[in-house]
Amino acid sequence: MAVIREDLQTQEIELNMGPQHPSTHGVYRALLTLDGEKVVKVENIIGYLHRGIEKLAEDRTYTQVIPYTDRLDYLAGMLNNLGYVQTVEKLMGIEVPERAEYLRIIMAELSRLASHMVMVASMALDLSGWTAWFPPFRERERILDLFEMTCGSRLTVSYMRIGGVAADIPPGFLPALEAFLNDLPQMIAEVNHLITGNEIFQARCRGVGKIDLETALAYGITGPNLRACGLPFDLRKARPYGIYDRFEFDIPTLNNGDSYDRFVIRLLEMEQSARIIRQAVAGLPEGPVMAKVPRVIKPPRGEVYHQIEGAKGILGFYLVSDGSNKPYRLHIHSPSFVNLGALPKIAAGGNIQDFVVNIASIDIVLGEVDR
Amino acid sequence: MTMLIEEIQDHFPGVQIEQGVDMPVMVVPADRLLAVMEELKEKQGFNFLSGLTAVDYKDEDRIEMVYHLLAVPAAKMVRVKVNLNRQEPEVPSLTAIWPAAEVQEREVFDLMGVIFQGHPDLKRILCPDDFTGHPLRKDFQLNAGEGRE
Amino acid sequence: MENIFTGIAAYLEGLLAGAPPWAQTISMGLLYLVGVLAFIFLNALYLIYLERKISAYMQQRIGPNRLGPHGLLQSVADAVKLLGKEDIIPRGADKWVFIIAPVIIFIPAVMVYAIIPFGKGMIPVDLNIGVFYFLAVASTTTIAILMGGWGANNKYALLGSMRSVAQMVSYEIPLTFSILGVIMLAGSLQTSRIVAAQENVWFILLQPVAFLIYFIAATAEVNRGPFDLVEGEQEIIAGPYTEYTGMRYALFYLSEYANLVSVSALAVTLFLGGWHGPWLPSWLWFLIKVYIMIFIFMWVRWTFPRIRIDHLLGFNWKVLLPLSLANILVTGVGIKIYQLLTLGRW
Repeated sequence: MAVIREDLQTQEIELNMGPQHPSTHGVYRALLTLDGEKVVKVENIIGYLHRGIEKLAEDRTYTQVIPYTDRLDYLAGMLNNLGYVQTVEKLMGIEVPERAEYLRIIMAELSRLASHMVMVASMALDLSGWTAWFPPFRERERILDLFEMTCGSRLTVSYMRIGGVAADIPPGFLPALEAFLNDLPQMIAEVNHLITGNEIFQARCRGVGKIDLETALAYGITGPNLRACGLPFDLRKARPYGIYDRFEFDIPTLNNGDSYDRFVIRLLEMEQSARIIRQAVAGLPEGPVMAKVPRVIKPPRGEVYHQIEGAKGILGFYLVSDGSNKPYRLHIHSPSFVNLGALPKIAAGGNIQDFVVNIASIDIVLGEVDR
Repeated sequence: MTMLIEEIQDHFPGVQIEQGVDMPVMVVPADRLLAVMEELKEKQGFNFLSGLTAVDYKDEDRIEMVYHLLAVPAAKMVRVKVNLNRQEPEVPSLTAIWPAAEVQEREVFDLMGVIFQGHPDLKRILCPDDFTGHPLRKDFQLNAGEGRE
Repeated sequence: MENIFTGIAAYLEGLLAGAPPWAQTISMGLLYLVGVLAFIFLNALYLIYLERKISAYMQQRIGPNRLGPHGLLQSVADAVKLLGKEDIIPRGADKWVFIIAPVIIFIPAVMVYAIIPFGKGMIPVDLNIGVFYFLAVASTTTIAILMGGWGANNKYALLGSMRSVAQMVSYEIPLTFSILGVIMLAGSLQTSRIVAAQENVWFILLQPVAFLIYFIAATAEVNRGPFDLVEGEQEIIAGPYTEYTGMRYALFYLSEYANLVSVSALAVTLFLGGWHGPWLPSWLWFLIKVYIMIFIFMWVRWTFPRIRIDHLLGFNWKVLLPLSLANILVTGVGIKIYQLLTLGRW
């Protein structure tokens, strides 16, 4: 029995999802072409948060650019700081004091944890798993408290400096960090208990937004999203920067490349980040936190590209110096921008509910997409 | 790394290669770009387009396209540059080789005004559709909008 | 205590002793209506507060705690705020359909209360087809939601209302079939008789599968999580209610809570022995049971993520419907065997 008559006239509708929409994670607009509930075509429309950071950087001194990097991926400010200052250091050949290197690692991994927590929480929320939103955000608050303790700011940290970090950690920092790390496994267990193992959650995420490794590489997908496709590629291991080569950690991978794996991989990476932090705390040497750098930073003429493993994927900074005290050109290669570029490919064919899951699982931050 | 340099120079005589601060740098003529990229991807293992951007060297009257390629998982890198005429910057699109180039080329088109030949949907991405000019060009007038002092 | 409400009704009826019979009927009808409306409004106000508190405690939060003791006046403040909101009718809307939809949705929500036995002798209208009446009236809610979604001329609203039709029409079938088992046991559609039949043993013990089916289908019928696809805030903003503001929005909200109370009340009537219970007054027992049901509804809502539309319909047609049909078969056979054993005849 034919359920749908072939001669039945149907029409596709266009739906503007965003820029104001609960599930677009910011001012992002998707122009969906719908056949009923089915998403036939997706077009990304971005730029609502375009502040021209790359252009602004050309008119600021090297140090003044640091606060702008906070506003890229504002969920992981420390990682952006780290990427930028290491780029300048690489061009100038500055050696960073040991203690600063360790502090950078601790802060960067805390940032990664915070970013993954937001992703896990908001993905649960996008599936209407309200209760699972709270444990990650509860713990994330403690990370932000640690940041506040150290640099006075919670999100826009501007903690890293060219040649070191802005300040040493205060006395109460390490005990608070220890307590946080001890509670972290419980939070992960809570999330697993509340949502990861849930039948409905799995039914909605498994096989949704599936992408194979080859396509993922062709589309430039990096970070946890790539590792969820089965490739253990992590710049911290593959092309270590800073002092990452001193730490022991695993690169978790999953094989399906669907939304469920992209969710679970974040939880697995949290455990690894905690491992790195523990090692960094154990190895934290005494000493200064700033290298002797000139007051006015004038890198030599030249160009440098530096990339780090950001929370969302490979975060690259391409810096061209003309020998003055301002960057001649600073290009920020943001992972969210490229990952989002693959969304039309990933999301076509699902229904609206799948689309929401796809956006959440790719984990974009509009500050980084639009720059 | 020397192997790479030799092979590329053998195949593509017009390509200049030097060792940069961080990675080898190739300067490729625009018309050989696609062929060089194919070679790098298929033969040399640089299978991942890590990023592309453009720099406006106004004083030298050129726009430079900068491509960063990454070998996954070996994590080797190479930088490919193409010098373009500043008045009519045109370069072949890489979308056929890496779909990842699609959004990034749109960004360069939007902010720098480089035309990518063969791009499926070359339009503005970050700036509004009715925006005029290309903000990352060095001669873009800041504060020139109407109603500003 | 037991006769407090019936006493009031009897007293008021006594005052009307001299009036002609038609006037008496109309006055008493109005009285019951006022009573039911008061019940709905008070419950809805309290339920909004309760929902927020329960979800808060499940999520390690405190919940509303500013207005009044423990935030008890929060709902009052919300209601006042909603009353003061600008009443927006979108320019492209089908004006009359849009305006009338929130009124229409409220009517069946109130009407179903007519057959609810709130306590011993406390049933507004003891219809002999009570359960059937409930199902028939409750199903018209879909029309109002469709009207709201269509009239708003908004794509999210349209998607939501289409979901609503697909979902509610499908889930009505297992809902009805699950009740059929109870009706077979009680031998009546009259709610008072069904309650009376449970004096010794509650039907949840005889019909556990039917109760589960009823619970799941009822969750879908009242659009609560995990079946809240109609609103689906993460996908379609607020579904049919997207364009509504102020009091119109409040009416949708109110009827949703009214529906929650009525399906819980029906569940108590059909499965949990109605107002039967020791020591306490019957109406209090009824209320306690209703609130236990409501708590379970809320518990489920704040625990599960939202189901996907195709899974939702697949689950209905492939699992719930066959299960409810099988339940009827088993019930029928069981009744016959019981009759054979106790009465010695078919």
